[in-house]
Amino acid sequence: MSSSDTLVATGNKAHSHGPGSPVPLQARSERPTSYDVADFAVPNGREEEWRFTPVKQLKALFDDAAGSETPKIDTSGPEGVVFETVAADSLKVGKPQDRSAAIAWNHAGEALAVRIPVEAELTEAVHVNVASLGARGFSHLIVDAGRHSKAIVIIDHTGAGELGSNVEIVVGDGAELRVVSIQQGDNESIHLGQHDALVGRDAKLHHVVVTLGGKIVRIATNVRYAGPGGDAELLGVYFAESGQHHENRLFVDHEAVQCKSNVIYKGALAGDHARSVWIGDVLIRAAAEGTSTFELNRNLVLTDGARADSVPNLEIETGEIEGAGHASATGRFDDEQLFYLQARGIPEDAARRLVVSGFFNDIIGKIGVPEVTEHLHEVIEEKLARTAELSASAKAVTGQ
Amino acid sequence: MATLEIRDLHVSVDTENGPKEILRGVDLTIAGGQTHAIMGPNGSGKSTLAYSIAGHPKYNVTSGTVTLDGEDVLDMKVDERARAGLFLAMQYPVEVPGVTVSNFLRTAKTAIDGEAPKLRTWVKDVNKALADLDMDPDFGQRNVNEGFSGGEKKRHEIVQLELLDPKIAILDETDSGLDIDALKIVSTGVNRFAEKGDKGVLLITHYTRILRYITPDFVHVFVDGRVAEEGGPELAEELEANGYERFLKAGAK
Ligand SMILES: Nc1ncnc2c1ncn2[C@@H]1O[C@H](COP(=O)(O)OP(=O)(O)OP(=O)(O)O)[C@@H](O)[C@H]1O
Ligand SMILES: [Mg+2]
Repeated sequence: MSSSDTLVATGNKAHSHGPGSPVPLQARSERPTSYDVADFAVPNGREEEWRFTPVKQLKALFDDAAGSETPKIDTSGPEGVVFETVAADSLKVGKPQDRSAAIAWNHAGEALAVRIPVEAELTEAVHVNVASLGARGFSHLIVDAGRHSKAIVIIDHTGAGELGSNVEIVVGDGAELRVVSIQQGDNESIHLGQHDALVGRDAKLHHVVVTLGGKIVRIATNVRYAGPGGDAELLGVYFAESGQHHENRLFVDHEAVQCKSNVIYKGALAGDHARSVWIGDVLIRAAAEGTSTFELNRNLVLTDGARADSVPNLEIETGEIEGAGHASATGRFDDEQLFYLQARGIPEDAARRLVVSGFFNDIIGKIGVPEVTEHLHEVIEEKLARTAELSASAKAVTGQ
Repeated sequence: MATLEIRDLHVSVDTENGPKEILRGVDLTIAGGQTHAIMGPNGSGKSTLAYSIAGHPKYNVTSGTVTLDGEDVLDMKVDERARAGLFLAMQYPVEVPGVTVSNFLRTAKTAIDGEAPKLRTWVKDVNKALADLDMDPDFGQRNVNEGFSGGEKKRHEIVQLELLDPKIAILDETDSGLDIDALKIVSTGVNRFAEKGDKGVLLITHYTRILRYITPDFVHVFVDGRVAEEGGPELAEELEANGYERFLKAGAK
């Protein structure tokens, strides 16, 4: 079989920039943000921020009209966590950066706030399940971790339909917050989401985006720092199958001094028209001395007909940084690895699973939430079983 | 008795200019209890022979047969060949990121035996095999071949040989890249395997150095895709003294 129908694109090869070697880029921070939908025209797909996205299929989420349903939101959590309904504009840590986010902001109505009280150390994860019921709806969540608190919040997006969402995250000074956002909607579901996080002084945010299902899922994650010593670990795992588009856009804005960011996103793709997009923008402003940042995106293309785009952008306005680098690589499944494992008696399917789980192993290990990692392992197994069926039937058709 | 029989094996690879024949009629029989050495100049097709027996998809067998105890090896998938009792220690072992050596070894052993090894004895066996090859037990937690030195990769191949315990082992230049101490350690491992009885060893090498530690019963000189001459250990000594020149001249058409 020819591999010419597989397009694999990587924006930049692995390399890193030390202090004093800025990359010329369109200033990321100059992009408009607004609470007013009218400030964003309906995208036509030629805009920088939409050029990788199948905008034609997103008409419903570009329509400035009330939702036709209210997604069903269920919450649970250990003692100490507080859930309350608040006005949409009660926090304003996030500010919509595109039309769909502005529409979601204006039509979600009130926001659901998850509050972790000051100094509370929660023993179990907080769960927020957002279920789309099959129509067009919006959600708005606020996760507010009080200073010196410690908590895990898992946001699980399921169901069918079209969802526009905003998530605002505040990590209080000295707090440690883990937020896991899982996107596993039905095959035909569409989800456009924006997450904005503000990391406090000496606070630590672990932010994890896990996308396992949905026809089009596009999550934009923006991180800012409220004071020095903040640390953000931004992880992402995705596995796009036939006809699925999984897109992640990150923007880390370093303005405070002595802050860290570490971005690791890994994705697998299998099947015709499986598509992933990863955009990683990191801006180190002139004031952000002592910044340390690294971003990495790796894609594993398992079959012909899949395509991964990966574009890391690093913009450095100060020479006084600790270190900054990025790496991005997209590779096809390595048949030599398969051969090596098979030559040790391991059947092809099991060998394939071993290689793919090996690919995800380090990032899954970093997620640090057992219920999420177990679930991930299970879903990846299911997806690989489907991929194996797919390639078996492809072989049967071509008579190989 | 285990027997690997190779008859008139022709193998080609696909190149931009069409198929290129690399093996041109190889005949070789390796029986249990025997150690064979194949020596030959660079590019003569030694690795091609090893990979073709193991079933690497890059190599197309155009004619000939390979059987193990009468079973058609060429008809088997790569993993089936391994489970039938063939083992290839590779010239360039492959790195498998994210898969630990211990997970890899257990998965392979389970596949070969058809059942999971008993946990308690298995851990002991693995640690012993590592120690025998002078490898730290920490290797168990490292990813397969990732960041291993050239010599560590080769020793790791022999660890696998001992644990998986095949009928026939093909060692493709396991000696290259080893310092003298590592060479002795690896040779001791191969001898330990061979002495289990009814094991066939096909040792592919460039140099006679390893043959000081592993005594072959038969030496085959491999030139231009076929066996040009066969003999006993004395043939290796002649190669040591005179090189391949005599065979290259004879082979040139
Ligand atoms: N894809 C290919 N296209 C063209 N020639 C190839 C290809 N693959 C292998 N060959 C050639 O086949 C020949 C045999 O290679 P092989 O690796 O089997 O040699 P070898 O005897 O193991 O050599 P060495 O001692 O260097 O390990 C070489 O001349 C090599 O260049
Ligand atoms: Mg070779």
